[in-house]
Amino acid sequence: MTEYNFAYLDEQTKRMIRRAILKGLAIPGYQVPFASREMPMPYGWGTGGVQVSAAVLTPDDTLKVIDQGADDTTNAISIRRFFEKTAGVAVTEATSDASVIQTRHRIPEEPLRDDQILVYQVPIPEPLRFLEPSEVETRKMHSLEEYGLMHVKLYEDISQHGAIATAYAYPVKVEGRYVMDPSPIPKFDNPKLEMAAIQLFGAGREQRIYAIPPYTQVVSLDFDDYPFEATKADHACDLCGAEDSYLDELIVDDAGARMFMCSDTDYCAKRRAQGHVGAQAAEDAA
Amino acid sequence: MTPLLQVTDIAKFYGQRIGCTGVSFDLYPGEVMGIVGESGSGKSTLLNCLAGHLTPDRGSVCFDTRADGLRDTVSMSEPERRMLSRTDWAFVHQHARDGLRMNVSAGGNVGERLMAVGARHYGDIREAATDWLGRVEISVDRIDDRPTAFSGGMQQRLQIARNLVTGPRLVFMDEPTGGLDVSVQARLLDLLRGLVREMNLSAIIVTHDLAVVRLLADRLMVMKDGHVVETGLTDQVLDDPQHRYTQLLVSSVLQV
Amino acid sequence: MINVENVSKSFTLHNQGAARIPVMHGASFQVAPGECVALVGVSGAGKSTLMRMLYGNYLAQSGRIQIGEVDVASAAPREILQLRRYSLGYVSQFLRVVPRVSTVDVVAEPLLATGWDRSDALARAEILLTRLNVPERLWSLSPTTFSGGEQQRVNIARGFAYDYPALLLDEPTASLDATNRAVVLEMIAAAKARGAAIVGIFHDDAARAQVCDREIDVTAFTPKAVA
Repeated sequence: MTEYNFAYLDEQTKRMIRRAILKGLAIPGYQVPFASREMPMPYGWGTGGVQVSAAVLTPDDTLKVIDQGADDTTNAISIRRFFEKTAGVAVTEATSDASVIQTRHRIPEEPLRDDQILVYQVPIPEPLRFLEPSEVETRKMHSLEEYGLMHVKLYEDISQHGAIATAYAYPVKVEGRYVMDPSPIPKFDNPKLEMAAIQLFGAGREQRIYAIPPYTQVVSLDFDDYPFEATKADHACDLCGAEDSYLDELIVDDAGARMFMCSDTDYCAKRRAQGHVGAQAAEDAA
Repeated sequence: MTPLLQVTDIAKFYGQRIGCTGVSFDLYPGEVMGIVGESGSGKSTLLNCLAGHLTPDRGSVCFDTRADGLRDTVSMSEPERRMLSRTDWAFVHQHARDGLRMNVSAGGNVGERLMAVGARHYGDIREAATDWLGRVEISVDRIDDRPTAFSGGMQQRLQIARNLVTGPRLVFMDEPTGGLDVSVQARLLDLLRGLVREMNLSAIIVTHDLAVVRLLADRLMVMKDGHVVETGLTDQVLDDPQHRYTQLLVSSVLQV
Repeated sequence: MINVENVSKSFTLHNQGAARIPVMHGASFQVAPGECVALVGVSGAGKSTLMRMLYGNYLAQSGRIQIGEVDVASAAPREILQLRRYSLGYVSQFLRVVPRVSTVDVVAEPLLATGWDRSDALARAEILLTRLNVPERLWSLSPTTFSGGEQQRVNIARGFAYDYPALLLDEPTASLDATNRAVVLEMIAAAKARGAAIVGIFHDDAARAQVCDREIDVTAFTPKAVA
């Protein structure tokens, strides 16, 4: 691999991105503008995450890429191959073996360690955007800590659905200061945002980077009488029997039969390897 | 008694052109002051300077804050001023869509100011919104409808509810009845008059409609070409105008 | 209670060649508490103008108009508003109210403005409307659509709702039938009895003779050039 600089981006660009990352870590939850580059993939395919990963990768790193928890989707595979090609780093599907994990829409079930980095792909970084279209105004709201509008969104949820219906991209307040969009992860994952690993968020099209340093307080917004709940399907994984993991629902035949399985494919495979068996697997065996 | 608002020598220029200049007055708790004048007389510029939407080039606007007494809102920090504008101040725009969030339900619109000052109990917010919709005569079963589905008069009443829910002490109004049908205007005027008295509100109302100020305002300020040409009791200024321009203004109104 | 000293007034019509029209000169008189004084004089002599100056509705050019502690001729708007709220009532010939407000609210308004409890104020308004024979079915309606006589009685009820120490009455018995005229004269007598200082304009000679202690001929204050 001599055609490309290590991890595709030139060193100047990586330095610029690292500065944005360091600033983001210094001000947890604050959206740092950066000069997002054109990447050899379309917007919406994780160009922000890829640039952040490119800036933090070292030749010794082991990379894992997941999309909705799975290592084997087109998006995950293409990004993994991209870095195999341009950085020559080792890749893995095992959460515990990875030193850098790029993710779209999930946090792995297995708790991360302080020697790991989790990089999120972010479509729309501004949590206030849907209610306040003006960027000038939202920046002012952040700088003056005027976050009443965020609760207006939750109020609307309750008034329309009888409960907070926001199920993903559930807004959080970081270290008691900035309100942040945790990217479209399910709210089931919100409690995991307080973790040992470094969490970096990259939005390519919107040109923003933000971060949560290890062991930072992350509180999901709610009302006193409608407290935050980290919900998941009320079911166990049909493959591995796990009752504590976030599940995908699958329609399996024309009659509408369905099954539930871990969205985190590595977690599920590991449990099955350990001998755990879910309802479906037990049926098949019988 | 301390004035609620003490305005001293306010001036605002747009390049060479005068927006308004040399404006001074005191407003006391419970007083309603009307500002009248034709388009371009500087009345809206003045209102925006007073409400902190424009920075005047000269002068001070001192407000009797709850915590520290009289403070100049022109020189205070922006966070403080913005805090005032969603607690003790209210601003009613001529066009309701400028003062409402059109993509948020009526209840959410009323609740926003409460949430902005820290309300975090859905039930309480809902109850306050219900109460306020009733007070501005909007049927409570419309609480989850968006203002886009409301008539102009209803939108204006919703805007008033949204502004008054935090119990402000000073309300700025820019042509609050402009663009509404005459019958709808009367209902709105009546509502405003009742609220002003019940809440002991002070208000500054900019309008070109002399009938509006006669019904709502205790005092009147007449502006022309950026200058205040006459002030006084509303009925005195309208019935015994002293200045040439005021006389012209009053005599130009068609009698019905 | 009311002390008028050397008051003069002229109108300057800026938009009609700055014509200056003097209408009053050297007006002086006093009204004691419990006294009712009638302003008399030919039409155009300035009775209404003087009345309006007493109320602060017209600006006096010079002189003093002392009502209680306040000099209306020189007071700030705020002081006049206070005076009107607590000390100086006015029954005009015309009813000027927000179109939609109910009659009972129109009558109770002066009481509410002085901080009366709402139910007490409404109760008092109902007593006055009953006394002035305004039919109960009209109470919840806006008086703007009423007949002249009905509007006049609503106006009187409103003017007498609060016990002002000074009271200005502009033709209070005009357009009233005999029964209601008698009620109004009783109310004026009662106001005098509680110590109100009253200035009135009465075209009704008999009524004037019945309630007024003396007359002031406004013609005496009419500037010579006009007279």
